[in-house]
Amino acid sequence: MELLSLVTIFVLAVFLGFEVITKVPPILHTPLMSGSNAISGITIIGALIATGAGNSLLSSILGAAALAFATINVVGGFLVTHRMLDKFKKKD
Amino acid sequence: MNILTNAVYLVSAVLFVLGMKGLGHPRTAVRGNLLGAVAMFLAILVTVIGNKMIGPEWIIGGIAAGSLIGIITALRIQMTAMPQMVGLFNGFGGIASVLVATIAIIDAVQGYSIGRMVDGLRSVATGLDFDLQFLIATAASAFIGTVTFWGSLIAFGKLQGIVTEKAVRYPGDQGVKILVFIGALVLSVLVVLDPTNLAYYYGLLGITSVLGILLTVPIGGADMPIVIALLNSYSGIAAAATGFVLNNTILIIAGSLVGASGIILTQIMCKAMNRSLANVLFGGLGAAVAQVDLGDIYTGKIKSTSADEIAMILKSAQRVVFVPGYGMAVARAQTPVRQLTEAMEADGIEVEFGIHPVAGRMPGHMNVLLAEENISYDKLREMDQINPTFANTDVVIVIGANDVVNPLAREAEGSPISGMPILNVDQARTVVVIKRSLSPGFAGIDNPLFAMDNTLMFFADGKKAVDEIVTAYKDA
Repeated sequence: MELLSLVTIFVLAVFLGFEVITKVPPILHTPLMSGSNAISGITIIGALIATGAGNSLLSSILGAAALAFATINVVGGFLVTHRMLDKFKKKD
Repeated sequence: MNILTNAVYLVSAVLFVLGMKGLGHPRTAVRGNLLGAVAMFLAILVTVIGNKMIGPEWIIGGIAAGSLIGIITALRIQMTAMPQMVGLFNGFGGIASVLVATIAIIDAVQGYSIGRMVDGLRSVATGLDFDLQFLIATAASAFIGTVTFWGSLIAFGKLQGIVTEKAVRYPGDQGVKILVFIGALVLSVLVVLDPTNLAYYYGLLGITSVLGILLTVPIGGADMPIVIALLNSYSGIAAAATGFVLNNTILIIAGSLVGASGIILTQIMCKAMNRSLANVLFGGLGAAVAQVDLGDIYTGKIKSTSADEIAMILKSAQRVVFVPGYGMAVARAQTPVRQLTEAMEADGIEVEFGIHPVAGRMPGHMNVLLAEENISYDKLREMDQINPTFANTDVVIVIGANDVVNPLAREAEGSPISGMPILNVDQARTVVVIKRSLSPGFAGIDNPLFAMDNTLMFFADGKKAVDEIVTAYKDA
């Protein structure tokens, strides 16, 4: 894909991010951070592609490490966010 | 990349946005988080289907190890330790991006390309093709990711008490930082100009490691909410840069969403402390601020009180507001605070919580700690909501907070916290401050609130103090 369309996607996504996140109230800022932690684990996609290419042993080793770190982010991030959000209750 | 992969990435991107939107309200937040998880699962699934997966043992091994560590950490972590965990995870996101960029450049130098067609620059030395976008993105990913990783490790160390919480300063430290930063930029340019010489790339990893440490070590414990938010943003930007390395849209979209989120939280935290980001990163709280000497403002003006007296005052109150600070969490006083809240509500007293944006060690931390105690979220009020109500409040109980209730902040100048928005608790009829001593908070300044006519000091450990008040209240 050409560079310009990638940059377009990048810029629009940043603006979209600003719009969506500005509306999150302070009470939920910690879950927002741990949730976005999990989303930044999206590098797992890059790690899968890079490791799966299997171009050399070194690539495979580095790739396995990248996968492990990214998976900690994804699995740990979503799980701890769920645990936290479960605590936010409204009593009548 | 085929059409199926891109179509599923689009679905993922939409779900990520809807998921983050869901986090805008406690009612929809659980679903929002689940949508994010589904989006991630779909993206992973279609990536595995649509790409070569040579050496599945490495892939399965990496994912299994990460899942195990992730699950154990997420289930065992204490809510008080959330800042450390988020801090550490920011770093993991950063290092994962660096590793992917490293594989990409090592493979490219050996003549392989991953995830993209290579066309463009031709290296004179080897005759290999490199394109400029690939090289710039790789250098950026390595740069930002490595700074994120080391910065996060230091932030984690500070929050965990492994690295000193103090702002570590030394003569000429700003100059050193600038030199290292310039060195990192030079090496980035060299990587782009001659990618086949991997020594430049490894040099870049080395010098940005040093930069990450140098940038974080001088930042004090009270500024950690800002640093954690900023590193959160960096981890997203590093992922987006990796997206440019691999020409991968979902990495760019998800990474920039996180980058934007972290930037916004950073801005909110800076505003709540009335400080610029530059001041946080390079200033260091309490350093080099001309301070007005207040002299001895406490002698003869401090009124000490007891649990029995506080219980009596509470009994006759109609509206009580708690103002908790990180000290409450340190003393583990949340449980007695909840018990006292329930006892007062049973008597028909209106109880709310006023929460300063920087209370706790990360944005929103205090809300999580109170939610964990089963305190209903509609009682947790933001600064702007609670401030107009203090004039109609009978009793404010300040527990473990100091700088965020210091009236000196309202003065235009003369103290390190001047201009910082605070909770105007002194407008309430009676202010009870639960504190071990008159020692200053992070800003290192005295607090005239303690000497005011309507302030009563209860000198004790937070948990013990509230326990006693609960007992006294129930007996009264």
